[in-house]
Amino acid sequence: MNKTIYLDNAATTQVYPEVLEAMLPYFTEYYGNPSAIYTFAEEGKRAVDKARRTIAEFIHAKTEEIYFTGGGSESDNWALKATAEAYASKGKHIITSTIEHHAVLHTCAYLEKQGFEITYVNVDENGKIKLDELEAAIRPDTILISVMTANNEIGTIQPVAEIGKIAHEHGVLFHTDAVQAFGHIPLDVEEMHIDMLSASGHKMNGPKGVGVMYIRKGVKILSFIHGGAQERKRRAGTHNVPGIVGMGKAAELAKNTMEERSSREIELREHLIERVLKEIPYTRLNGDRTDRLPNNVSFCFRYIEGESLLILLDQAGICGSSGSACTSGSLDPSHVLLAIGLPHEIAHGSLRLTLSEKNTMEEIDYTVEELKKIIERLRGMSPLYEDFVRKQKSA
Amino acid sequence: MYTEKVMDHFNNPRNVGEIENASGVGTVGNAKCGDIMRMYLDIDKDGIIQDVKFKTFGCGAAVATSSMATELVKGKTVQEALTVTNKAVMEALDGLPPVKVHCSLLAEEAIHAALWDYAEKNHIVIEGLEKPVNDISEKEEEEEY
Repeated sequence: MNKTIYLDNAATTQVYPEVLEAMLPYFTEYYGNPSAIYTFAEEGKRAVDKARRTIAEFIHAKTEEIYFTGGGSESDNWALKATAEAYASKGKHIITSTIEHHAVLHTCAYLEKQGFEITYVNVDENGKIKLDELEAAIRPDTILISVMTANNEIGTIQPVAEIGKIAHEHGVLFHTDAVQAFGHIPLDVEEMHIDMLSASGHKMNGPKGVGVMYIRKGVKILSFIHGGAQERKRRAGTHNVPGIVGMGKAAELAKNTMEERSSREIELREHLIERVLKEIPYTRLNGDRTDRLPNNVSFCFRYIEGESLLILLDQAGICGSSGSACTSGSLDPSHVLLAIGLPHEIAHGSLRLTLSEKNTMEEIDYTVEELKKIIERLRGMSPLYEDFVRKQKSA
Repeated sequence: MYTEKVMDHFNNPRNVGEIENASGVGTVGNAKCGDIMRMYLDIDKDGIIQDVKFKTFGCGAAVATSSMATELVKGKTVQEALTVTNKAVMEALDGLPPVKVHCSLLAEEAIHAALWDYAEKNHIVIEGLEKPVNDISEKEEEEEY
């Protein structure tokens, strides 16, 4: 196979041609600033409203509860920092989980320096948050619970509705980072008792640089970016009209095709998981077996290290990612893999492959064949594997 | 991010393997930080390194530095092998990204550990060789996956 096999859709996705097509007129034709008063700007304003409506309907929110941002990280920062600021007089305690994205974890670390107290609730071996621990962590001064909808590394989907219910029973706000889930699994802010939700365009075949924050009516958080009256005075900055249009179009496509799309992805995913677990020994699947994103596959291959694996996969034309320390720029492997209880040396051998509906069975089979060769080669030069084999022999 | 030489040594590592009844074996690093190197030396009665093999668990740079280190010590005397520093390994590879410098330190350490083992087995003292600090005894808990 002489082409790129893209299996890193959790990192970013292709902008679908229909999405790009919808965006293009807003660069060159309808480039007016939607905040302007003249007729020429109206088309841009209309397009932004339409995207807002589409996204609101998609998650069963009201149109005026949808705010456009510069991306998922901004939405997460906004939700946490602005809630902390607005509700500090009620209390300075926030609850989150140990497996959040760094957009949440690093923001929490920042808030700790500002005098807030953060409780990091543990997850079980499949990456599901421990609901009893979560509920027990709630105190009179707890102002916010922030738990991601689905994990970016291991794909585990959290019991969001139950978390939201617990939060609301205790009068605590609930934010969910839905960056990996939005557009991939059904979301309903009413049923799931969600007060704030972060989403990103480029994780669901929309453009980069645009995101969404849903803020339930009545949640009193203030502006994060100051400087204009856009977005009901809550998010200043000229509207990224093409980006917003693109995200709206991507949401429309996701809504209309979610069922067939995810069943296609699940078919590919299950094939990949089954073959790898069957044909490559000393391998484990990370994350929940069933409550997982349709396109997420996460393995740990014992006795090998993730970066070496990624380089060799790249040479075979396959794009994947790893939670190994060497790919994170630190000495520690992924905090998510450690949080589900994996020892360091196993966490170092992780590989995440995230599929799209456009992948083919042929690509998956080719990937498995390449993986088999690569893993064998790396194990052949691994002192850990040598020790293991020796131990087997002497036993 | 890697130089051509690093990629060459990663893709075609020199001297991968084991030596049975080696004169000295050293293992350094630990699985916790993600790099383990094991170096085997075959040293003749004149103190010349006749053969060297390695096995490495680690990133691209870890494999490449081990490979290069084996090339640099092969055919050398024990004393000459001591002069193969991490800097020498890095230079021979046309450099490493800053976060990977520790890999070259590990390679140097692996040579020293193998030499230390050789010295202990033969009850000799190698001048200038200090007892290596890294060990991986903490690894290998018995988990089933």
